[in-house]
Amino acid sequence: MLQSLINWLEDLGPRFYRAFFEADRWMSYLQGLVVTFEITIASIAMGLVLGLVVAMVRTAHDQQRPGRRNPLLGAVNLVCKVYTTVIRGTPMMVQILIWAFVIFKGERNKVMVGMIGMGVNAGAYISEIIRGGLMSVDSGQSEAGRSLGLGYVDTMRFIIIPQAFKNILPSMGNELVTLFKDTSLVNAIGAAEMTYYAKRIGDKTYDYMPPLIGIACIYLVFVIILTWLQGKLERRLRQSDRR
Amino acid sequence: MIDVKHLSKSFGDHLVLDDISEHIHPGEKVVVIGPSGSGKSTFLRCLNLLETPTAGTITFDGMEITDPKADINAVRRQMGMVFQHFNLFPNMTIRKNITLAPVRTRLMKQDEADEAATALLRRVGLEEKADAYPAQLSGGQQQRIAIVRALAMKPKVMLFDEPTSALDPEMVGEVLEVMKELAREGMTMVVVTHEMGFAREVGTRVLFMDGGNILEQDEPHAFFDHPREQRTIDFLSKVL
Ligand SMILES: Nc1ncnc2c1ncn2[C@@H]1O[C@H](COP(=O)(O)OP(=O)(O)OP(=O)(O)O)[C@@H](O)[C@H]1O
Ligand SMILES: [Mg+2]
Repeated sequence: MLQSLINWLEDLGPRFYRAFFEADRWMSYLQGLVVTFEITIASIAMGLVLGLVVAMVRTAHDQQRPGRRNPLLGAVNLVCKVYTTVIRGTPMMVQILIWAFVIFKGERNKVMVGMIGMGVNAGAYISEIIRGGLMSVDSGQSEAGRSLGLGYVDTMRFIIIPQAFKNILPSMGNELVTLFKDTSLVNAIGAAEMTYYAKRIGDKTYDYMPPLIGIACIYLVFVIILTWLQGKLERRLRQSDRR
Repeated sequence: MIDVKHLSKSFGDHLVLDDISEHIHPGEKVVVIGPSGSGKSTFLRCLNLLETPTAGTITFDGMEITDPKADINAVRRQMGMVFQHFNLFPNMTIRKNITLAPVRTRLMKQDEADEAATALLRRVGLEEKADAYPAQLSGGQQQRIAIVRALAMKPKVMLFDEPTSALDPEMVGEVLEVMKELAREGMTMVVVTHEMGFAREVGTRVLFMDGGNILEQDEPHAFFDHPREQRTIDFLSKVL
């Protein structure tokens, strides 16, 4: 019993060596990590743009005065609502598979397909985060702006959005962390990010533990760094609040 | 100046204003009183269309503002409003609070607006607070700023919704003082308040609202000394 534990521990070094250093394998992880970052950044950027547009449409729609409803805005709003409902109501894994094997069936660039799938997914969540942030600003603020004769856009731009920003920031940070971790899902469609390489190296060496535990640690380290940065930024903002 | 005809407002199937017709003349100081939930705020907020009336028309300076085609922002520029909870913009300095609307609506250039802000602040004795943020001020100071913020748009009428109700008692006086001065200068004012002393001293007319109706109205001395309706008598006996 004790002997087998000792043997296992003794083996660990060579096993990790094989998974990371033999045949310069660490370069594959690094390459994968870069792609992981690329997918994260592309999808958060896409998610931000989509989310902003959808949130704007939906709040503008909800804030129309009764009797002055714009039918076009109503139609666009309906599209946005379907979008957020479908995306948030189905598993991300299924969505990614649909993008790769149904919508972009013949596409070779799987990384791009993964970016689109994740970006569209992020957009739905981010739109809800932004919408919630806008709604969290006291309605007296927009009433004060409007009663001064400011238009909807100016009221949003100078009064509501700057105040919503602070409320949005924490959830946005969480969304970024989630996206970063969920990029590992796109290995299922053959997009060569970090998890994909870890699995391939496992296949080759017939030893999955070292590469998988290894990348788990890498993900964890970056999540800890991101969370720390987020906390720092929030503290800074809160300080400027108390001026 | 403001002509209200058959104004009704419901929230869902809850009728809050029930066919109100009223006329507010230039220079009048109309004080609206009444029990909680009687529709005072809703009436005031309908006047600048913060609430959309369910039925009826409101005409301001000859323009029907309840018409869907009316330029509602242009109308609101001429009607100042002061809220119970001040609603200053916490993300801006006091100066920016005051100058934002005049500059964005092209009423003034930034430097003109800054000058106007300084003059207005001096008038309420808060000149040195121009670069402070709202959170650094007391309630009474914030409400005085909220009043001059509205005045910066050079409105023709000022609407007040319980401007002193959220204040500590020792700060009520300083806000009422600003309002009294405004009244002396001839501003047309519609004031929802529980300050009966103010109503008596400054008001030119008192409206008593109950259950979505204007139950009774009169010149303040007659109103307070000889109320006619039983509901008015009951209400006054509670607040006086
Ligand atoms: N946005 C709203 N949605 C639904 N009901 C509302 C809304 N605003 C007001 N009401 C209802 O309308 C009625 C009148 O409200 P209003 O605020 O005008 O009363 P008030 O006379 O100003 O009372 P208070 O002295 O408490 O301020 C209340 O019963 C209130 O619950
Ligand atoms: Mg009220």
